[in-house]
Amino acid sequence: MARQLSRRKFVVYTLAASTLTVAAPLGCGTPSAEGAEDAASDVLVTGTDEEMLVLEVTRANKVVVRLPRVEVGQGVTTAVAMMIAEELDARLADVEIPLADARTEGNQFTGGSNSVSSLYGPARRLAATARAKLVTAAARRWKVPAWSLRTGRTRVFAPDGRSATFGSLTASAAGITRPAVSAKPKPAAEHRVIGRPTTRIDARDIVTGKAEYTGDLSVAGARPTVVARPPTLGGKAVSVDDRAARALPGVHAVVEIDGGVAVVADTFHHAFQARDALKIKWAPGPLANLSDAAIRSRLRAAVPKLAAPPGGTAQTEAEFEFAFVSHAPMEVLTAVADVRSGSAEIWFSSQSPTDARESIASAVGLPSSKVWVHVMRGGGSFGRRLTYDAAIEAALISKKARLPVKLMWSRTDDIRHGRMRPATHHRIRASHARGRVVAFAHSTASVSESYEGLSAQGGARAAAAPLPSDSGLYNFGRLSGDSGSVDLAMPLGAWRSVDSGTVRTAEEIVVDEIARTLGEDPVAFRRTTLRSRTVKAVLDKAATAGRWGRSMPSGQAQGVAVHEEYGSCVACLVEIDATDPKNPRVTKVVMAADVGTAVNPRGLEAQLMGTAVDGISTVLRAGLHIDRGAVRESSFADFHYARQRHAPPHFEAHIMPSKRDPGGAGELGVPAAAGAVANAYARATGTKPRRFPINF
Amino acid sequence: MPSYSFVLNGKRVTVEAPADMPLLWVLRDLLNVTGPKYGCGVGACRACTSHLDGEEIQPCVVPVGDCAGRKVTTIEGLADGDALHPVQQAWLDCDVAQCGFCQPGQIMAAAALLKKTSRPTDADIDRIENVCRCGTYSRIREAIKKAAADT
Repeated sequence: MARQLSRRKFVVYTLAASTLTVAAPLGCGTPSAEGAEDAASDVLVTGTDEEMLVLEVTRANKVVVRLPRVEVGQGVTTAVAMMIAEELDARLADVEIPLADARTEGNQFTGGSNSVSSLYGPARRLAATARAKLVTAAARRWKVPAWSLRTGRTRVFAPDGRSATFGSLTASAAGITRPAVSAKPKPAAEHRVIGRPTTRIDARDIVTGKAEYTGDLSVAGARPTVVARPPTLGGKAVSVDDRAARALPGVHAVVEIDGGVAVVADTFHHAFQARDALKIKWAPGPLANLSDAAIRSRLRAAVPKLAAPPGGTAQTEAEFEFAFVSHAPMEVLTAVADVRSGSAEIWFSSQSPTDARESIASAVGLPSSKVWVHVMRGGGSFGRRLTYDAAIEAALISKKARLPVKLMWSRTDDIRHGRMRPATHHRIRASHARGRVVAFAHSTASVSESYEGLSAQGGARAAAAPLPSDSGLYNFGRLSGDSGSVDLAMPLGAWRSVDSGTVRTAEEIVVDEIARTLGEDPVAFRRTTLRSRTVKAVLDKAATAGRWGRSMPSGQAQGVAVHEEYGSCVACLVEIDATDPKNPRVTKVVMAADVGTAVNPRGLEAQLMGTAVDGISTVLRAGLHIDRGAVRESSFADFHYARQRHAPPHFEAHIMPSKRDPGGAGELGVPAAAGAVANAYARATGTKPRRFPINF
Repeated sequence: MPSYSFVLNGKRVTVEAPADMPLLWVLRDLLNVTGPKYGCGVGACRACTSHLDGEEIQPCVVPVGDCAGRKVTTIEGLADGDALHPVQQAWLDCDVAQCGFCQPGQIMAAAALLKKTSRPTDADIDRIENVCRCGTYSRIREAIKKAAADT
C-alpha cells in the first residue's frame, strides 16, 4: 500500500497535444485527474489542466509553465523557472512562467509561505519527465542509445557533436510514452541552478519600465474609474448630487455602489476631478463613536485570564499592544473589468483567484463558467491581495455603467478603507523557579471583523483571533494560552506573517525580559532554553556574524530574536542607535535562516531584507490611528513605513546549508526582526516598550 | 482645450489637456507611457519620479502646463537604446527589485542624484524619499554606490 501511494505521488501525466506537454498534480499527493489510474507510467489524458502544473515545450524552443500562483515580488516565478531549468537542462532565459488564469478547482492559492515548498516536487518531476522524453525522441531520430545523449542549454547533444534544440524535438517527444532514460529529478548534489544565487527573471523588464501591472493594461475601452468614499469606515451615502460632476468634460458615468460613488472618465485626472465635484451627504459608519483609546480598553478587557502560576514561582509579566497596520502595497488595488450581459472578463492581481471568480460571478449574477479572471503580477501584496474587494467593485461598476472600466483605489482609499492587520493586546506571564522557567502563559485579544457588507466586497470573514504560540520553541515547562476577540465592523486582513507578527514578537520581548530577570545574557539564555538544534544553529550564526556582545556607546545597543515556522527558522540580530529615542535608527541587521534547500539564495536574502524593514517599520513608526470611526492616516506622508533613512545601512543574511526540501520563507523573518528591533530599543534606552509602534 | 508640446524621451509630443492635468496622467492615460507609477498622487511615495530638464520631479504633482517646451524623461527614456543606463545596470547587477512597482521611480531618483553628486555619501542616499514597501533599501544603497563606482 505504502509503495503504491508513493508511486501515485510521483505521477506525471502527458497531455494530448502536438507539442510536448506534461502535467503534474498539485497540492496533496493523491492525483484526482480523470484517467490517471495507473501511475506506474505516465498516462495520456485529454482533460483540462485544472489542478495541474503544466509544462509545454514550444517549437520556438521555449519552455512554458503556466503558474497557478501570483507573483507579487516574492520571486516565485524565478524560483519555479530555476526548478524547471535545473531538471530540463534548459537555459533560464528559455523558461517562461506566465501566471495562470483563475481555475475552477485545485490549489491556486498564494499564501502561507507555501509556494516554493508546494511546487518543488511537482515542478522538478515535470521537467525531469519532459527531459527524458526529449532525450528519447533525439535518440530515435539519430538512432543512437538514449543513455549516450547529454542535455544542456535547451538542447540535446549526441557524442558525435550533433545537437538539436528541444523545440525541434518537441513534436516527436509528444508521442513518447515510455522514456528510455530516467525521468527522476536529479539528486541535490548534481544541482547547478537550484541553490545558485540568481537574478529575478523579470529584473530587466522592471528596470526598463516594461513590467506590466494591472493599471498599465490597455484593454480596449476600459475607462479610468475612481470611487468617492465616506470619511468614516462603513459610512453610507444618504444623498448624492452628481450634476456638477456629470457636467465636467470627459465623464462617462457616475454610479452608486456599496462602498461609495464611482466615476468613470476619460483619464484618472478627469475621474478624480469629477469625484471631487460630487456633492455627497454621508451617514457616519457604525464605528463613528469609537477611537483608539476605547478600542484598546475593549481589547484589554477581552484578553482571557491567564492560568494560575505554579506555587512557589516568581513571575515575569508584561502586556503589549499593537496598533492596526496598513498593508499599503506600492501598487494600489486596481482591477480592469468588462462585464457584459452574458459574460465577464476581469484582470487583477489575486492571491486567491479561484474564490475571487466565484464571488465576482455571484456579485454580477453570472455562472462562474462565464467569468474569466486573468491574474496579473502585483506591485506588492503582504496579504492584501488575498481579498478581492477592488475586483468585485470593478465588476459591479462595469455592469451598472455598461462600460469596461479600469478601477483604481487611490492611496487614501487604500489606507482609509483598505484592510489592515488587526490591533491586538497580549498578556504574558513567565513563571520561574531556581533560575528556570517552569510555566509560560500568553493570552491575547484581537479585533476581529464583523462586517456584513465586507463579504460582498470580497473578503471572507477574517480568521479567528490569534492563538498564542504553542510551538514550544523554548523549554519553558507548562505552556498555556487563550484568545479573545472584539468584533468590530472594520476591514481586516492577514498581514505578512499573520498572527506571528504580533504573538511571537511579544514573546521574544518577554524572553529578553526573563533573561534580564535571571541575570542572563539574551543569547546565552536562548541557547540554553531553545529546544531545536536548527534554531540554536541560526542563533549562533547570527550572534557570531553580528558580533553579539560587542561594546557599544551609550544610547546604542544590540537586540536579538528568533522564530520558527513554515518548516524553517531564523534568527535576527539588530543594532540600533536610540540616542534620540524619538528618532531611533536601526544601523545594522544580521539574519541567519535555515529554510531547508534555498532554491534561490538571492531571492531568499531579498525576502529576509524585506521582513527586516517590516519589523523596523511596525515596531518603531508605522501604524494606523482610529479617530471616531475613521482611519487618521491617508498616504505615505503619515503612514510612516520606513524610508531609506530608516533602513539599516548594513544588512547581511546568512543562509544555512541544508539538504532538506524547501520550507517557507516569505513571511518567516517578520517576528524575529520585529522582536530584535524591540529588544535592541529596550536595551539602548533602558525602557520596556509595551505599545507598538513605539513612536506613533 | 489647450495644447502642450514637450520633448518626451527624445521625441517631440503634443497633447491636448487641461493646464492643471498632472503630467503623470498625461503620460499614462494620454500617451500610454506607463513606466511612471501612481502610488499616492501627492508627491509622497515618489513611485512616479521622472526628470524634467534633467531634474528629478514627481509627475503626479507637476501640471502639464509647466512642462511646455521642456524635456521630460521617464524610465522608458533612461537607457540609450539597448544599452542600459549605469543605474539600471547596477539595479540589475544587484538584483534590487522585488515587486518592482517603485523601482522606475527609485532608479530615476538615483540617476538624478548621481548627476548632481558623482560620489554620493550614505547621508546623500538617506535623503532619497522614495518609498519601497518591499524594503529593498539595502540593495538600492548598494546599487547606487556601484553605479557611482562604475561611471
